[in-house]
Amino acid sequence: MRASATFAIVLRQVFLLRGSPTRLLPMVAWVAIDIVLWGFITRYLGALTGPRVNLVATLLGAVLLWDFLARVMQGVTTAFFEDVWSRNFLNIFATPLTIADYLGGLVITGVCTSLLGLAVMLTLATAAFGLSFLAYGAAMIPFFLVLFVTGISLGVLGAAIVLRLGPASEWLIWPIPSLLSPFAGVFYPLAVLPGWMQAIGHALPPAYVFEGMRAIVAGHPAPAGTLAFAVGLSGLYLLAACWIFARVYRFALRTGLIARYSAESAS
Amino acid sequence: MEPVLAVTGLRKTFGALRAVDDISFEVRPGEIVGLVGPNGAGKTTTINMILGVLQPTAGGVTIDGVDLARHRSQALAQTNFAATYAPLPGNLSVQQNLRVFGMIYGVAGLTARIEALLAEYDLVSHRATKTGVLSSGEQTRVTLAKAMLNSPKLLLLDEPTASIDPATAQRMRRHIVEAAEKAGAGILWTSHNMYEVAEVCDRVLFMSRGRVLLAGEPAALVAEHKAKSLEALFISVANEALEPQEQAS
Repeated sequence: MRASATFAIVLRQVFLLRGSPTRLLPMVAWVAIDIVLWGFITRYLGALTGPRVNLVATLLGAVLLWDFLARVMQGVTTAFFEDVWSRNFLNIFATPLTIADYLGGLVITGVCTSLLGLAVMLTLATAAFGLSFLAYGAAMIPFFLVLFVTGISLGVLGAAIVLRLGPASEWLIWPIPSLLSPFAGVFYPLAVLPGWMQAIGHALPPAYVFEGMRAIVAGHPAPAGTLAFAVGLSGLYLLAACWIFARVYRFALRTGLIARYSAESAS
Repeated sequence: MEPVLAVTGLRKTFGALRAVDDISFEVRPGEIVGLVGPNGAGKTTTINMILGVLQPTAGGVTIDGVDLARHRSQALAQTNFAATYAPLPGNLSVQQNLRVFGMIYGVAGLTARIEALLAEYDLVSHRATKTGVLSSGEQTRVTLAKAMLNSPKLLLLDEPTASIDPATAQRMRRHIVEAAEKAGAGILWTSHNMYEVAEVCDRVLFMSRGRVLLAGEPAALVAEHKAKSLEALFISVANEALEPQEQAS
């Protein structure tokens, strides 16, 4: 991976943000709305259930963590979509840029934009609703690591789908986090799900994060073994997503898909 | 002298269609080779294979002695291109586009290089303008400036002057030829403008239905085939090549 080529991909996103600050709005607005909405729902439910249930940690904490995963994924896919929207594939891929350079740039962009969203969420959730992640202790590190790596994997997979199926498939990508959330047990234990949904849930690394989060809130120790398994599983998914992207890229080279993304209207 | 581009037995098939059918040619340093032919002849498919964005079915491409299939990044670092159908991202300014692509190509002394190209292509006053709002002629100049960023040994130009007025086109042609001569770069130049091809190209390859039908110096080809001009020769070759297909249909 060449640092200057990877940084060029990141710099492009920086230039876009600088040239059009309105692009910042979706990065922070939706997560802020989510935190405010769920913050008040949590406060209302807290008033109904009394202090014996820590709803702020279980409910608002879960919203924040899931939003973080979605933002990481969207950070990666949005950076990729910029090349789709500007029909830039021919310019980008007819250069010394490697797939590793390109994906590296997308991932770094995703990290930066999601950290911005995370900062907004944490500030709001802490200041307005008293959420403290210190309650989760050192388990926060594997929590964020799993969500972060899973978000990147989903982003790379989304980019591969759009590269393979064309720009119109973009609408397939945005709902992926919403589609997965019922299986990941974001707001409830996997045990409440029917068997087939539980099986899918156990294949999703974030499910172990939310199970772990609820265990800690209930006063149990962090499930180190399952969290380590989740870290490993998310790493495997990341490798699989990169492999799929590389395969789709090679398919695009074989069929001329990359050239046609730019030149489909040319004679 | 080793060629900057060596194309050997290049073939690309899409199902039953042979878009490029076993072509071989070379471009030497400082040489401008015109790749001409009717629409669908296989020119852009050939260029896409040389640019590494389309995998050949058979055959190979060597750029400055480096095998493209085996050492893609190394080969493409010596190449650049400009095509009317591949404009740079319109939502970045001229300077930003040059910086991003300069970094991708790993250009040393990038800031100075960008300044030199902005001046060379008369883009200084447009440096902060978003590329998408420039006129097509100005956008062509930006694309050409991008193509010169890494001082390529091989430059691929796919109808580079198609959307600009004749006066600007002539200026651009002169500019490209001078820049290539100075850098000792080889150029593969596709165009439908036979006047342009006759003016700038040292050699011409006539392609039709995926094959190179004629090759040689423009003036020599015209004389050899007793044509009135290169354009007349083009029309005659294109029509001859189409006849069997028309008869079949």
